[in-house]
Amino acid sequence: MPVVLDAARISRSLARIAHEILERNHAVDELALIGIRTRGVPLAKRIAQSIREINQHDVPTGALDITLYRDDLMRTPVGAQPLVRKTEIPFSIDDKRVLLVDDVLYTGRTIRAALDALIEFGRPKAIQLIVLVDRGHRELPIKADYVGKNVPTAPTESVQVHLTEIDGRDEVEIQQS
Amino acid sequence: MKKDLLGIDDLTGAEIHLVLDTAEAMREIGQRPIKKVPTLRGKTIVNLFYEPSTRTRTSFEIAEKRLSADTLNVAVATSSVLKGETLADTALNIEAMAPDMIVLRHASSGAGHLLSRICRSRIINAGDGMHEHPTQALLDAFTIREHKKRIEGLKVVIVGDLLHSRVLRSNVLLLTKLGAEVWVSGPPTVVPAGIERFGVRVSPRIDEAVEGADVIMMLRIQQERMNGAFIPSLREYFTTFGMTEARVARAKPDVIIMHPGPMNRGVEIASEVADGPYSVILEQVANGVAVRMAVLYLLAGGADVD
Repeated sequence: MPVVLDAARISRSLARIAHEILERNHAVDELALIGIRTRGVPLAKRIAQSIREINQHDVPTGALDITLYRDDLMRTPVGAQPLVRKTEIPFSIDDKRVLLVDDVLYTGRTIRAALDALIEFGRPKAIQLIVLVDRGHRELPIKADYVGKNVPTAPTESVQVHLTEIDGRDEVEIQQS
Repeated sequence: MKKDLLGIDDLTGAEIHLVLDTAEAMREIGQRPIKKVPTLRGKTIVNLFYEPSTRTRTSFEIAEKRLSADTLNVAVATSSVLKGETLADTALNIEAMAPDMIVLRHASSGAGHLLSRICRSRIINAGDGMHEHPTQALLDAFTIREHKKRIEGLKVVIVGDLLHSRVLRSNVLLLTKLGAEVWVSGPPTVVPAGIERFGVRVSPRIDEAVEGADVIMMLRIQQERMNGAFIPSLREYFTTFGMTEARVARAKPDVIIMHPGPMNRGVEIASEVADGPYSVILEQVANGVAVRMAVLYLLAGGADVD
């Protein structure tokens, strides 16, 4: 299984993204980071930490579960329902510049669901997308604003992101599925 | 999860925890400015209620609407049931209009099982006679778990009209499955014979039963199901089995008092207790919506359909 990002590279990518965010968004107090469950959440927290280190500003962070907005729910005749986890956005997103964070950008369907979900929480001034890995193969007109690394993949491969908070180590690898 | 939710008896401990965990996520939806998710768009749910109900029917309807299902209520008082149609015929006629789920409340035990056999739709039992009321037990467990962070090892005392209570049966099945120590107390005339076989302790003296309890669950005196002399008088019942502040004081200091509603104040529960700081009765109602959303969501998927 080839490792495409190791721990040092992940941490450099996130630090760079934090700098890019501050470069593009001058009103820091308008920012909010919302991670898509599961691995977008620790990534959002790490980026918030990086921003704090750069300019001592606390960007509020939240967690979004998109399960109930998926476009493939109820379409299969067999199998259990996907697990629903809690959405926790403890602040108003009205007039905020929301930075949506996910680990891997692939078909774009998760982001489509996340946009639908977010809009129901308020009317943000803008939504920007941060992903650790963009692996291509988009099925919807969706593009990331900040990318940790572009990783060309075959549709038969799968990209596995491991993060210390959840998996005990930081690593991104490609698996033949 | 199976196709239908007919009773707690059909659920494993893991499935119960899945419902409760899913309900945690569902509860957050009720706190949003727009309390709606698109999950059950295009699904049709019929609420078929053969018994009066405010809480359960409203709760199911709100849960269905928050998940974007199309819902309709069949009120038996204005339906062809009054013209002599059987439950099976009514169900088959509703089924001919292709709903996805039927939520059934009926005075006969096993009514849900009958529909389950003849209907393609998912059936959710919202209370069948003196048999089960699974969503009530699930919302009770959710409320207990929220306050106590666990269910295993808790002393839960259920007091009241045990014989006529489907809430009791579902709760006993659920709480013993999850490892709680369940005590029941009530007048001997309404203690079902052989109830010990469900793994509960029976005490005819409420003061002994509530000693050191973590949770006290009061049951309503169901006068509509009592066609015999079960208790001498409501006043005497209150003296012997009513939950008073003095009795609450015998339980643990952090005890919670539950009641599935509707309450008979001054019969099974004193008003000071119902409105007291340890009372979680209205939380139970609030949690009911989240738990029913969880059940609807989990059953709507492609579970093992026959």
